[in-house]
Amino acid sequence: MESIPSTPEELSLAITAATGLDGITQMRRLTGGASRETWSFHVGDEQRIIQRQRLTSPRDMHVEVGVLEAAYAAGVPVPRVLASSRDLVGENPVGTQFMIVNAFEGETIARKILRDDEYGTARKILPAQFGSALGKLHRINSEVPGLEDVDQIAFYKEHLRDCGQSHPAFEIAFRWLDENRPPIGRRCLVHGDFRMGNLIIGNEGLRAVLDWELAHIGDPAEDLGWLCVRAWRFGGGQPVGGIGAYKDLLEAYGESSGEYISLETLRWWEVLGTVKWGLMCISQAAYHLTGSVRSHELAAIGRRVCENEYDALLAIRELKNGKGATRV
Amino acid sequence: MGKVPHVSELHDPPTAQQLIESVREWLETDVFPQVEGRLQFHTRVAMNVLAMVERELEIGGEQNEHYAAGLAAFQCNNEAELAEKIRTGALLSKEAEVEEFVLNSVKEKLRVANPKYLRDE
Repeated sequence: MESIPSTPEELSLAITAATGLDGITQMRRLTGGASRETWSFHVGDEQRIIQRQRLTSPRDMHVEVGVLEAAYAAGVPVPRVLASSRDLVGENPVGTQFMIVNAFEGETIARKILRDDEYGTARKILPAQFGSALGKLHRINSEVPGLEDVDQIAFYKEHLRDCGQSHPAFEIAFRWLDENRPPIGRRCLVHGDFRMGNLIIGNEGLRAVLDWELAHIGDPAEDLGWLCVRAWRFGGGQPVGGIGAYKDLLEAYGESSGEYISLETLRWWEVLGTVKWGLMCISQAAYHLTGSVRSHELAAIGRRVCENEYDALLAIRELKNGKGATRV
Repeated sequence: MGKVPHVSELHDPPTAQQLIESVREWLETDVFPQVEGRLQFHTRVAMNVLAMVERELEIGGEQNEHYAAGLAAFQCNNEAELAEKIRTGALLSKEAEVEEFVLNSVKEKLRVANPKYLRDE
């Protein structure tokens, strides 16, 4: 097998060969995650981003290309796909699946967005902008090939069963989730990881929604509940991403989508999201414990599972006492 | 600090807790102010991890005994049995007591992992 272009020069040449994009400059690697690497480059004055799948990743990036195109067409603020390996005929000089998108200036670090003065105006309107963007996303009718519809409860119960640990708090949470599950609603394209950290924010508000790797078919309330999980409040006092009230999100969502989700339904999904993040913390620590990545940061995440147990149990107690629906 | 709960008959001072404390203090005073960006973030994580281990060395033994006694009160030999009984509904007649016990045990975990996370209920 031929080696994959790995230096900036090799990658630039490979992109030109694959897409015809000429005059590539300033090629530099931004991040290297577990499943993909991200590079930045310029064509003239324009900054571009290329994401390239790792050879070992089981994910199909072409599904994400389809999702991004559908979201862009629906008016959701997202990067525009300018080229991708999906549209290649014949061999792929870049070596693995890739997509090239336009770059956005802005901030993704939640703590800055929550606290810095320059985002004061943005903070006032972001919760409604989140609702509006999700409303547009969930109205997409076109079919995106390759998306899976996975029952979230069944999937994460199995996750708990297979994680090799016991968590009585999550058993209590699943029992409550089963007993209080809202009627299964409409199925639509959901982002799957819509939260601070995956959103580019400017001082005027939301600029772009990133990280569509986890997009799938699901219940529209899933994205709203996930955004309200306490971990994604980053210490902020308010439920929606730490900066907004439930009603701001729900009202803007209703206006944008024509579908009004109740606070009870939203909070049910928030509890599920809390359990889900707790289980994901177990997985993160497992990357370290099984030796696939050695990292004290990942190891420490194992001790954050109990934060989610705590949040889930308190939310359930609040909802059982009938207080959860009034705390807007 | 002055606490020496894990005095060993065999090992000489400092105690494990005091050794970890000394490393954490060095990270705080000498390393953290000198680094920035990702390295500073990872230094902060390291300080937090060491502080967590100090807390576990201080109160973990007592917590474990207490937890085992609580599990036994529900006829469970270990946590996995409690989880199984909750899942199968075998403890439904004691639902309120079980939930209280589990919430309290979660709070005990937070007293070690991240005491600041606990809030007024």
